[in-house]
Amino acid sequence: MSRLMPLLTLGVAALFLASLLIGPAPVGVLDSLSALILDDGTPMTLVMREIRLPRALLAVIVGASLGMAGAAMQGYLRNPLAEPGLIGVSASAALGAVIALQTGLAAAFTLALPLTALGTALLGVLLLLTLAGPRGASLTLILAGIAISALAGALLSLVLNLSPNPFATSEIVFWMMGSLADRSMTHVWLALPLSVLGWLMLATLGRGLDALTLGEDAAQALGIRLTRLRLTLVIATASVVGAATAVAGAIGFVGLVVPHILRPLVGARPSRLLFASALGGAVLVLAADIAVRLILPDRDLKLGVVMALIGAPLFLHLIYKTRKEFA
Amino acid sequence: MANRIAPRISGSVRLCKALLLAAALIGAAAEAQEAPRRVVSINLCTDQLAMMLAAPGQLHSVSFVALDRRASSMADAAQDYVINHGRAEEIYLMQPDLVLAGRYTARASVEALENLGIPVATFDIVTSMAGVRRAVLEMGEALGRQAAARDMVADFDSRLAALQAEVTRRPRAALYHANGFTSGRASLAHEILTAAGFENIAITAGYETGGKLPLEILALAAPEAIITGQPYPGTSRAERIMDHPVIEALRRGAQGAAVTDADWVCGTPHVLRAIEGLAPLRRALEATR
Repeated sequence: MSRLMPLLTLGVAALFLASLLIGPAPVGVLDSLSALILDDGTPMTLVMREIRLPRALLAVIVGASLGMAGAAMQGYLRNPLAEPGLIGVSASAALGAVIALQTGLAAAFTLALPLTALGTALLGVLLLLTLAGPRGASLTLILAGIAISALAGALLSLVLNLSPNPFATSEIVFWMMGSLADRSMTHVWLALPLSVLGWLMLATLGRGLDALTLGEDAAQALGIRLTRLRLTLVIATASVVGAATAVAGAIGFVGLVVPHILRPLVGARPSRLLFASALGGAVLVLAADIAVRLILPDRDLKLGVVMALIGAPLFLHLIYKTRKEFA
Repeated sequence: MANRIAPRISGSVRLCKALLLAAALIGAAAEAQEAPRRVVSINLCTDQLAMMLAAPGQLHSVSFVALDRRASSMADAAQDYVINHGRAEEIYLMQPDLVLAGRYTARASVEALENLGIPVATFDIVTSMAGVRRAVLEMGEALGRQAAARDMVADFDSRLAALQAEVTRRPRAALYHANGFTSGRASLAHEILTAAGFENIAITAGYETGGKLPLEILALAAPEAIITGQPYPGTSRAERIMDHPVIEALRRGAQGAAVTDADWVCGTPHVLRAIEGLAPLRRALEATR
């Protein structure tokens, strides 16, 4: 554990640098970095500051948000299958983002896009917790998630199909799969405020989640106010997932894979897992986004595709392990 | 094939005229009998060619896309015709004796019409100036309006030659459309740009066949003019890329910017208007260096 956090931090820093240096324009390492730091008036500064920097920053923001949200939900529900993408929170957030964009609300005031995504994500989380109950048994959790995902996905497709813009329909893929291609600093500023707010709220949950591992009664005996914990969790998750999804689409499996890999390394303590998962999520999304650019540079391969290739086998493995509960 | 015929016609005009006269005389009798009398077009580009060439009363219906000002150069003219949506049932009930379709128009509808015994003339997508001439002549053939088509081609040739004569320097321009797509060789947009006297940076940047031009490559190529597509209402991520800070910076840095419109869509003589539309931009850029 003592060495895990510095290692993860180092991983984030290294991948962040790699992300800045990889792109279709063939430019040397030193040239790229000097163009990033010094505005030398060449187009390369534009490339570094407006194309590669926002992409790398968003990978960190989105990864940290999804990793942390996954760890928090799994800690609260005490179920390793709880993940924003699988249980429909990401899809709900994407629905809000699409509504904000297509109604023109997003153009009306600056933070309308992430706030609307937050609103629908909130509805998604509340619906899920109502359906799945406080203990979050796997079967009800997954079934509720499927229902919410399907509904949000269908409504999202409907909104895009009704758009007067002929390109909108083909963007269902972006909203369902997520991508960081061709984002700008505008998107970073859109996502950052709500993400930071959500991170701070999630960070306060550590003690409560640790106590919950002993059971609800024990947690209450330790002075944890469960309703307040639940409320903070709901709002914080909706904030981070809403902000991330509004700018990058619904990227699945990050919140599933990262806590699963890191849990044994932190001694299965939810409070430590929260922070480790934030860094781990950033590492995973940065790496996946680099992979997307290296594998099919011309095709805008969606991040969600890479994440599903990594995450789905693990998901199957988890279902296999928990199948006794289903029986 | 027609590519090889084209230069010969413009090359030896006299011989050609004699041949055409002979052909017209021979064909005249057959033409009068064979010309279809109730024509329905179900493709935007055949709509426009047919509206330009059809005899009065010959063209019965055009597709609904022909009314869309963003895509159709002849939206006003299209209002005089019955509008169809390209569905086999609706076309069949119009009882046409010829249906005009594009190569990629809803194949199922076209096959259904052919099975019902309605003749369908299929037109290829036009990707060059030679292709425009070919399409006009083909449409003339299909409608039994060969003479009108030949006149139109002659007029097209002389106007195109006049537009190309004045180019002195070829400014470097970028075509940048929704989703970051650019047009390379074998595309109408590239031909229009080249005919208007610009050099397409997609070719020099190594995107010969067009496709997605990464924003980074575009920024480093620093084009003198940037030509983007016309935005549709509603929003899409595909079109938002044209408002990316990098594009904004390029627009500020570049001396010129232009927007493509309906005249860029179809290979009809209206592409001349698109070429003419770019001329002031090129003249301004020529003057700067």
